[in-house]
Parts: sequence; C-alpha cells; structure tokens
Amino acid sequence: MDTSRYIAKHVINLPRSGIRDFFEVVAKMKDVISLGIGEPDFDTPWHIRESAIYALEKGKTHYTSNLGLIELRRAISRYVEKNFAVSYRPEDEIIITVGVSEALDLACRALINPGDKVMYHQPCYVSYSPSITLAHGEAVPVPTFAKDNFALTVEALRAAWVPGCKLLMLNLPCNPTGGTCDRAQIEAIAKFAVEKDLLVLSDEIYSELTFEGVHTSIASLPGMKERVIFLHGFSKAFAMTGWRIGYACGPSALIEAMMKVHQYSMLCASILSQEAAIEALQHGEESMKAMRDQYHRRRDFIVRRFNEIGLKCHLPRGSFYAFPDVSATGLAEKDFAVGLLQAEKVAMVPGTAFGANGSGFCRACFATSYEQLIEAATRIDRHVQGLAKKK
Amino acid sequence: MKPIVKLMLEGASLNTSQMAQVLKLSEADVERELAELKKSGVLLGVRPVLNLAHEESGVVRAVIEVRITPERGGGFNRLAERISRFDEVESCFLMSGSYDLLVFVNGSSLQRVAAFVSEKLSTLEGVLSTATHFMLRSYKEQGFLMDIKPEEAERLKVAP
Repeated sequence: MDTSRYIAKHVINLPRSGIRDFFEVVAKMKDVISLGIGEPDFDTPWHIRESAIYALEKGKTHYTSNLGLIELRRAISRYVEKNFAVSYRPEDEIIITVGVSEALDLACRALINPGDKVMYHQPCYVSYSPSITLAHGEAVPVPTFAKDNFALTVEALRAAWVPGCKLLMLNLPCNPTGGTCDRAQIEAIAKFAVEKDLLVLSDEIYSELTFEGVHTSIASLPGMKERVIFLHGFSKAFAMTGWRIGYACGPSALIEAMMKVHQYSMLCASILSQEAAIEALQHGEESMKAMRDQYHRRRDFIVRRFNEIGLKCHLPRGSFYAFPDVSATGLAEKDFAVGLLQAEKVAMVPGTAFGANGSGFCRACFATSYEQLIEAATRIDRHVQGLAKKK
Repeated sequence: MKPIVKLMLEGASLNTSQMAQVLKLSEADVERELAELKKSGVLLGVRPVLNLAHEESGVVRAVIEVRITPERGGGFNRLAERISRFDEVESCFLMSGSYDLLVFVNGSSLQRVAAFVSEKLSTLEGVLSTATHFMLRSYKEQGFLMDIKPEEAERLKVAP
C-alpha cells in the first residue's frame, strides 16, 4: 500500500532539513571534530540540574498551569525588565513553552491565516520557513549580506516586501551568521514595521551572547511593545538545550491566542524544566557570564584563524557561530564541507542548510574546547592549502 | 588580568605552541611571558591534577588545625612561614574561627604523618595545639571530579 498518499500535501512538499542530510553523512564517521553542533559544549551548570533533582524529590511531578508556573513567569518578568527594558505582566502577558521553537510555532499557528505572508531574514534558523508553511502561511525571505556583517537592513526589507505581509520574524543575534543589529538599525526596522503594519516575532535566544555593544530588543522601543511578541528561552545562555524550555511575552490578547493552541496541544511545559528555569534566572547569571566570556575568546581565535587561512570571515557580534565565506576555494559550500569532512574529519554545516542566501558560506560553531578549535583550524588550513595547490 | 593568565585559568591543558596560536604570539613570546610571570612570582609552578586512588601511591594525607600564639610585630606570619617550609606541608592557610592555621600534610605512611605532627609541628615554640584529621577519600580536587565520571552524554554531531 502506498501510505504516502495519506500524508498532507503541505507536509509532503516540505523539504527535509539540509542539516539532517549532512548529519547522516557525519554520523557514519568516527573521530570527527564537529563544529556542526548548534548548542553549548558545557553541560547545564550543576546548581540548575540540582534544583531539578530537588524538585523531583519534592514530588513536583504534576501538570502546571497552561501558562506555566506563576513563580517562573514572575522571575521571567523581572529578568526581561532588567535585561531588555520592557515590562510584561506575569499574569497574562507571559507563556512558558517547550523551547522557543514551540513559542514560534504557537505564534505562527495563532496568527497566520491561510495565505498570509510572513517576512523573515535569511540565512536563518532552519525551522522558520517550515513553521510558516505548516501554519499555511507564505514565507517571504529577506536576504542579509556579509558586507553588512549579516545585519538586517531596511533596504532589504523594503525590496522584499509584497502586499499581504502580516508578520516579520527577527532572530538577532542570528543563527547561523552571528549577525545582529545596532540600536539605529533596530529603530529603522521598527519604523518599517509600523509603516507596513507588521506584527513582529522577535526570537532573541542568543541575546545574552552579544559580545560587542548592547543588545537592543525591538520590544523596548517606544510604542513597539504592542506590536511585538518577544520570544526567548534558556537553551543557549544557560546551556539548557535538552530541557526544552522557552517563553513568549506579548500583548495579553496574543498570548491568550497562543495559549489556546498550547493548551490543546502541549498542555504545559515539563514541570522539572520549569523548576530548573527558575533556578537559572535566580542564580544562574554568574555561570552564564562565565560561559559567555569563554565563547567570546574562542570566537576571537577562530575568526582570526579563518581569515588567516584565507576563508574570509566577518566578526559575528553575537551567538556562538562563525560564518566563513568558503567561495575562495572555488567550491560550492556543500562540496567544500563534504570534502573537508572526508579529508580532514572536520564537520561544518553548509550555509545553504539555512536558506539559499547561505550559498558560499559554512557555519562553524565555536562552542567547543580550545584544543578542538586549534586542531580544527590546523586541519582546515591544511585542507584549504591543499585545494589551492590542486587549482 | 593578562590574557596569558586568563588562558591558563581556563583550565585548558594547552602546550606553549597551542597557547601561542590562541594568543597570536610566537612560541618564544609565550615562553618569555611565562618566564616573566615566574620571575614576578605570579606563576609559581604547574602541576597535573592526578587521581592516585588506583595507584599504589602510598601517600597519606592529613589536614591539621593548628592554634598558635601571634607575635608582636609579625602576627602569625613568622610561625606560619616556618611551618610552611617543611616538605611534608602541601598547603598552609591562615583561617578565621576557632583555630589559626589549616595545614595540609602529605606523608608516605600514617606513622610518618603522626611523627611529623608530634615531633616537628606540635613542638614548635608558639604552637598551642593541633588537631589532625586524616583524609579517607577524595571526591573533587582543584575543580576536577575524581571517581564520579559523568556518563558521556550522547551529543549529536550536527544539530540545528
């Protein structure tokens, strides 16, 4: 029986993630130095893990409110006000989700009517475009460029805009480019959003990992709070990827709409993860900053090495990704990545896994040990010089 | 804090060639900076952190609480320095609270440590009392967990 005929059309037409394809090649190899991982190399700080163990011992094994534990929402409200300069009511303007990914999915499903157009900048996190498609929206990619350090510009937004655009998704700092926008650029984007009457979904998961300048949330700009759903989580800053815990803050009517979808699908995020998240916000700042400082130094090292090797690499202002331009090797990014993997056992993810605009680039995650980074750089150097000789 | 000191503190056991790459210095520069740190008394030495529980190391370790009489002019320093000079003494700290010095001692046997305490330490002029505690087992040393090996979490090799 052909079971595939039962699959919904919009799912069948959804392309597989490019990362998935690459993962299968890498998974078969041994002793690979992987710069392909989108998560911190640190385990979650022990005090956070210990608080989850304690919660389990105390019998915290039950459902929570659909919106999440009020204690966590209060802690988030304080944290967001202190670090992002925008205040949300814990009672009705915050919802706890299973990672930011769920928050994004909820927003898409709660806001998009079939055919609504959603703008997002690209290259970007792999699930943006599919999340839009799965909610029956139309994805409108806006390119970002190396010449702008992959900041999103209003000129690009204006050029990509088409009638029918309803939402704008932002991810600053950005996975995979590490690009972000300074305050003036964010103000210009906000102005554009108001002009075109766009609601903004702002995924700020990498905001704590901003190395230069101050991170500005679009939600904090005058008049923007009512137009922004602020999405954030614990995965990157607190090294909690496996806990799947995130949140969304926004106008109560929008949070209520997202909550409807959430309560009929996920019901609530895991209580243990919620308990751990409270600990992270209350006592995790120091360990978070220590990890950020280490990423910062590793970034400086690997970006410098890429440039020395001859793979032009802009300085990513945030996140833990470098996004070097590999086109100087004369190879397409995928061929370069596969060649590097086979010859030197170093894994980087081809930029096109993050959208067509990633063409010519590869993503290298520097959230790994110095020893690994030094060795990876040596191997990449050897491989690139070898390619140059062949030419 | 100097970049080279920061790098050493991060705990990575990098050799000078690797340190040179990270700091963008020549190996000779790294050697020179290390020599300067030694000369200025910042870098006292570098030692591996070993788990000798499964080796026939025969080392007995003890922690000794020592009460001493402070001296006019010098306070606790003269006596503390005198105690610190013994080869048996691994570390020595001046403490607040019910005793003055906390002394970590290594010896090849229980008898040797006992002899050190009874013959050398407690007979010093100015030492009022000692309380010796022998270490039974070590769980964590200088930031490293000993026998508690975290299970190697299965990390994906590529993730979004």
